Amino acid sequence: MDNFFAKLGRPIMEWINVLKGFMHLSLQTFYWIIFGPFQDKPVKRQTAFEQMVFMGIQSILIVFFVMFFTGVVLAMQSAYQLSKLGGTIYVASLTSVSICRELGPVLTALVVAGRIGAAITAEIGSMQVNEQIEALETMAINPIRFLVAPKLVSLFVMLPCLTILGNLSGILGGYVIGVYNLGINAHLYVQTTFKYLTLKDIYTGLSKSFVFAIIIVLVGAYQGLKTKGGAVGVGKHTTISVVTSFILIIVADCIVTGIYYFHNM
Amino acid sequence: MTDRPIAISVQNLVKTFDGRTVLENINLDVYQGETFVIMGGSGCGKSTLLRHMTGAIQPDSGKVFFHGKEVTSMTEQDKERIKRRFGMSFQSAALIDYMTVAENVSLPLLEHTKLDPRIINIIVRMKLSLVGMQGFEHLMPSMLSGGMKKRVGLARAIAMDPEVVFYDEPTAGLDPIVSAVVDKLILDLNKKLLLTSVVVTHNMESVFRIADRVVMLHNGHVLQIGTPEEIRSSGNAIVQQFIRGDINGPINIMDQNSLESLPQA
Repeated sequence: MDNFFAKLGRPIMEWINVLKGFMHLSLQTFYWIIFGPFQDKPVKRQTAFEQMVFMGIQSILIVFFVMFFTGVVLAMQSAYQLSKLGGTIYVASLTSVSICRELGPVLTALVVAGRIGAAITAEIGSMQVNEQIEALETMAINPIRFLVAPKLVSLFVMLPCLTILGNLSGILGGYVIGVYNLGINAHLYVQTTFKYLTLKDIYTGLSKSFVFAIIIVLVGAYQGLKTKGGAVGVGKHTTISVVTSFILIIVADCIVTGIYYFHNM
Repeated sequence: MTDRPIAISVQNLVKTFDGRTVLENINLDVYQGETFVIMGGSGCGKSTLLRHMTGAIQPDSGKVFFHGKEVTSMTEQDKERIKRRFGMSFQSAALIDYMTVAENVSLPLLEHTKLDPRIINIIVRMKLSLVGMQGFEHLMPSMLSGGMKKRVGLARAIAMDPEVVFYDEPTAGLDPIVSAVVDKLILDLNKKLLLTSVVVTHNMESVFRIADRVVMLHNGHVLQIGTPEEIRSSGNAIVQQFIRGDINGPINIMDQNSLESLPQA
């Protein structure tokens, strides 16, 4: 019986410890972003801008390609169904609404989680195994303030920007199929695209990307700071980081969509 | 020696990791201005003891004092203030990978002082010339050899004009000539900057070159504390085996039978 409870209790305790650690990291990061400037220790502007270039500018191409082809596929699949009902023109609105409300924010976040989340874990993880995090602590430099806070600020700004770019790329993908394959008049296509697309669709989608940015940076940083065991440890924690981010992004998407759905937004 | 002021005092220190006692009832004093060497075999608790002195690890019981103030019971803020009076040179040098040599050395100055960047620049060049690394300011750590990294790490450790410098295995992985250079550097810096040094090493040549006093740790216990001469002429069989590097003796890593059964070259 004791053995049964021990078997049950150990993973529960481990999970509680993970949650405690994650909460501590989250609170510390937000503390330094909000109260750092009052203690004369604001997030370094130069570091934040460098991170914005790495996270935002250098992700433009990959986000464009992923979302453009998603738009193409979405238009082709919906045209296949809608043509049976004689409503091919609605390909435009179906593509734009589903991209802006759902696919744009989620797919952009997944692409960025793969690229940036992995990079954050690998960077902080290798700093951890090479004593660099300990060196920062010995110099009385808080690693969360120094490393994690600028990354969160940067992605918090850049992920919504990338999402807007992703939305436009997806709509462009749909336009290419609608106009050049289905033969819809270009002017009519654009008009139908924006006819059913409301501002609410855009900001509900964008609001998700703020949540996803927090998930990607904090999961990446948490796994990085937990890394031990040399190069193998860095690889293992990078994988865990990306997988955890993917799952949490989908779960958070479901929760945020649920909130909007049940509040009729 | 005993009338000199005590810089660091360790009293009744006990530390266990996962039920294994790593340090058991350690008592020692480090006097101001001396070079105090902690030696002992791999896994005997040398680095753990050093990390208790720097405040990186909290003991299970016992106390560490810095100039009479108890470090172990301090708040994090007070500990950070004390840490600014320490410098630490790491086994792997622990330079921040993505920063140049100059940026690494200037990091503690930028974080903890409001000095003009031009003044910081002068201090950085001065510290680098103290360790013979002037002219390498713009190189990245990945472009430096092991010995050069150690010297830059040392320049960073003394950037804030500390009172105490901790060295974790300063000559590990270096060839005998570079080891001698690093040892001479430690002695020079002590003389020029009137530092107190605590050095963890198992390099016996280094021990006799740099130490004013030595503590020999074995299985988490203090075996002997004394001057290098006292250690050299010690009657303790473990100390003698360690100094000579004998396979046979009270420390038995592999038994005689398994050694003899090894294939002959």
